[in-house]
Amino acid sequence: MPTATQTATPTTTEILIVGGGPAGLAAAIALKRLGHASVLVVDREPEAGGVPRLCDHTGFGLRDLQRVYSGPQYARHYRQQAERAGVEIRTNTTITQWAGPTRLTYTSPGGLGEIEAQAVVLATGCRERPRAARLVPGHRPPGVFTTGSLQRFVYEQHLPVGRRAVIIGAEIVSLSAVMTLAHAGVALARMVTEHDHHQVYLPYLPMKWYLMDILRRVPISTRTRLSRILGHQRVEAVELTHADTLTELGQAGATEIVDCDSVIFTGDWIPEHELARLGQLTLDAGTRGPQADSAYRTSARGVFAAGNLLRGSETAEVSALEGGQVARHVVEYLRAGQWPLRRVPLQVAPPIDWVYPNTVSGPADRLPFGHFTFRPLAFARHVRLAVYQGDTCLHQQTYGQLRPNVSQALDARWLPRVDLAGPPLRVGLAA
Amino acid sequence: MTASPPAPIYDVAVIGAGAVGCAIARELSRYALTTVLVEAGSDVGAGTSKANTAIWHTGYDAKPGSLESRLLKRSYALLAEFMPQAGIPTEPTGGLLIAWNPEQQAALPKLLAQGHANGDHDLYLIKPEEIYRREPHLGPGALGGLFVPQEGILCTYTLPLAYATQAVLNGAALRLNFPIQQITAAPDGHYTLTSPAGTLACRYIVNAAGLHADSIDRLLGHADFTVVPRRGQLIVFDKFARRLVNHILLPVPTATTKGVLISPTVYGNVLLGPTAEDLPDKTATDTTAAGLGALWQKGQAILPTLVHEEVTATYAGLRSATEHSDYQIRLHAEQRYVCAGGIRSTGISGSLGIAEYVVGLLAEAGLALNRKPDFLPVYMPNIGEAGVRPYQSAELIAADPAYGQIVCHCERVTLGELRAALTSPLPAQTLDGLRRRTRALQGRCQGFNCHAAVLGLLAQHTGASPYALAGLEDDHANRNANRNANHH
Repeated sequence: MPTATQTATPTTTEILIVGGGPAGLAAAIALKRLGHASVLVVDREPEAGGVPRLCDHTGFGLRDLQRVYSGPQYARHYRQQAERAGVEIRTNTTITQWAGPTRLTYTSPGGLGEIEAQAVVLATGCRERPRAARLVPGHRPPGVFTTGSLQRFVYEQHLPVGRRAVIIGAEIVSLSAVMTLAHAGVALARMVTEHDHHQVYLPYLPMKWYLMDILRRVPISTRTRLSRILGHQRVEAVELTHADTLTELGQAGATEIVDCDSVIFTGDWIPEHELARLGQLTLDAGTRGPQADSAYRTSARGVFAAGNLLRGSETAEVSALEGGQVARHVVEYLRAGQWPLRRVPLQVAPPIDWVYPNTVSGPADRLPFGHFTFRPLAFARHVRLAVYQGDTCLHQQTYGQLRPNVSQALDARWLPRVDLAGPPLRVGLAA
Repeated sequence: MTASPPAPIYDVAVIGAGAVGCAIARELSRYALTTVLVEAGSDVGAGTSKANTAIWHTGYDAKPGSLESRLLKRSYALLAEFMPQAGIPTEPTGGLLIAWNPEQQAALPKLLAQGHANGDHDLYLIKPEEIYRREPHLGPGALGGLFVPQEGILCTYTLPLAYATQAVLNGAALRLNFPIQQITAAPDGHYTLTSPAGTLACRYIVNAAGLHADSIDRLLGHADFTVVPRRGQLIVFDKFARRLVNHILLPVPTATTKGVLISPTVYGNVLLGPTAEDLPDKTATDTTAAGLGALWQKGQAILPTLVHEEVTATYAGLRSATEHSDYQIRLHAEQRYVCAGGIRSTGISGSLGIAEYVVGLLAEAGLALNRKPDFLPVYMPNIGEAGVRPYQSAELIAADPAYGQIVCHCERVTLGELRAALTSPLPAQTLDGLRRRTRALQGRCQGFNCHAAVLGLLAQHTGASPYALAGLEDDHANRNANRNANHH
């Protein structure tokens, strides 16, 4: 890549936070409250606040702020808190490359430049896998969305999204698409999931009744996949393949054509890990985010990662809580200058999709929420999971039910038994 | 009421604004002639020219003595001069043809001889050690290879646009959305081309209609060939795959296809494809589970770690294959008509050579070619990774801060570039047109972030209804839906 012309003197800051969503803003606010004078947040969007800015429906804030906000209200709350705390936020500013271990280059309407920090927190969030990344065949007409692009069409640009939609996915974010379509007056032809059941489980009752009521009225096809998109000038229909329905020839996998003019791909998250990868940070094979330990430390000294960059898919509230937690670890690093020399990766095997934290730095690791968090690949009942290091079983735990696209906790009591000089850890089915 | 001025009779009408038609119109615009470039679709370069492998072929493997071989060689030299002048993204990656079994290995010396027969192409046989030194991520089993240093990659979006832009700057007319239904010859010797959008008059006709070249040929009373679309499905991998491959990795070709290749793109991605499926349907640009699955398997064998990266896009294009292996370029002098059909899979690479040849044929049929004193140059905005992109240019951003405001984050496309594409001599009028001119929406998120903003900008600049731009009917129900959204 050609070297860009740079301004001579870099901006310096104690802590640079890349990404002004819930995790980045919560980290900045906490750092200010812990007494750090110089905290700079950069965000590539015209306004900080992250994805909740575009989710103009209720359901934000109960866990971190103990009350329910709409997405835009929630984003505004964090922006205002950051302003009050004296956080400097630069919007329309895109970090483009690393110029040193904790030095980054940016592009903005004000020009190009570099920012030199003592510690960097990456909080670049996540995105949904679009149609192409899921290898869905067929024509490529307009009318194909992700929840993210749908929300921007409806709430940000007020653009038409059709009259009859099919939603791919049936997890909590899919409800966000349902609410957005309802707001835009678009009929919902079908909700489609490859799993045995929808995956909407909410821990708190008021929201639960509201969302379950929506869900009851939505036609859901389970054990079904989208096998083709039809249409030239616009989506005209989709072809669904039902795993359990027999074809005329008596084989499983009958197809069905559903008329619609929009298809919304929901969930199937992938971390926005571009900057992490450009910085040669080690990625975790399961989460596709940077490997991080319980203190949010990545493989690169002085570089932390928080929020949905770690794994996609958690709620804004979890990301914001993590932002608050990473701040303490950044402060500790700036005070003591310690970075783990030895780290043991925690890998996954079926039925586990991913786990985080996914490196162990020592027996004294204090887990962010008191436990490891994992997601399974599919529904399963009465499963016994185990953590191994080489052939040694460190831990076993039984689960009555595993649910895909729903986070579950894995005990951390086994941490003192980890051999830091030993082979990688592995969590999977107990032998 | 004033009478409208009489419709002009153009000296030449070029039918089809793909890479070949645009190159011919550009070539004609050097001369004191009136030329009209006629296109059925809504943009130039929007058919086969946009959906292919984007390889800059040298023609080393063409059939010796064929017109294709001769014109590819000439075109290579012309492109080497034109592309840097016009700012067309291109990279001299070189091609590496790899034999994976003994039969393929036995074919390599023949291909070498064929390359030499095609006019001293630069070619070397190389051993497996050299192959793996050049391509460390290659899968096991390569037995030998043929290195073609001059094969390269180019931007198939910018090239036809540059031709058409230069033609227009030099006085050619461009008629989009003009699908020709009928051609009639008048007694005074001019032709009338009829489409639902109206009529055009001309004296000479060039048929560069690609997939529809046989239909146009039939309208003029000929049935020299039939186009059977050969579909090619392709998979584009994420930019993080770019480090896995240094050259265009080619298989040993067969009679019908150059085979499935893996190639870097000038946008910094990696391409896997194409399939080769003969189909009767000229609109079958859909991908299939079988096609994508077959590509996936081949890709995994050639470059095992490629499939660990994310897929950014899949698409399919239709090559204009005929029953003949060579180009079907024919002069019907008495009709003042040149047919440039059957340009199966080397239209981009052969475009400038074909244009020069076709204009020569028109002269043979009596078209007077008098060079104009000036031939205005064209310089296209850079959308390739090998050059400096606007977001990297302090000078450009200082001159216009919009070049520092990134709208499409995955491809780092700035507001300045989008505005420029919407106000250029051939402005984008559709979302796909804007996508091809800027790379917006072409990245890994496929519009998760910028789809709405880019469509909003397009609607604002073109004044077109967002319904029409999104392929929706602007009816009552949709308006209601929109009113709800606007209420907010």
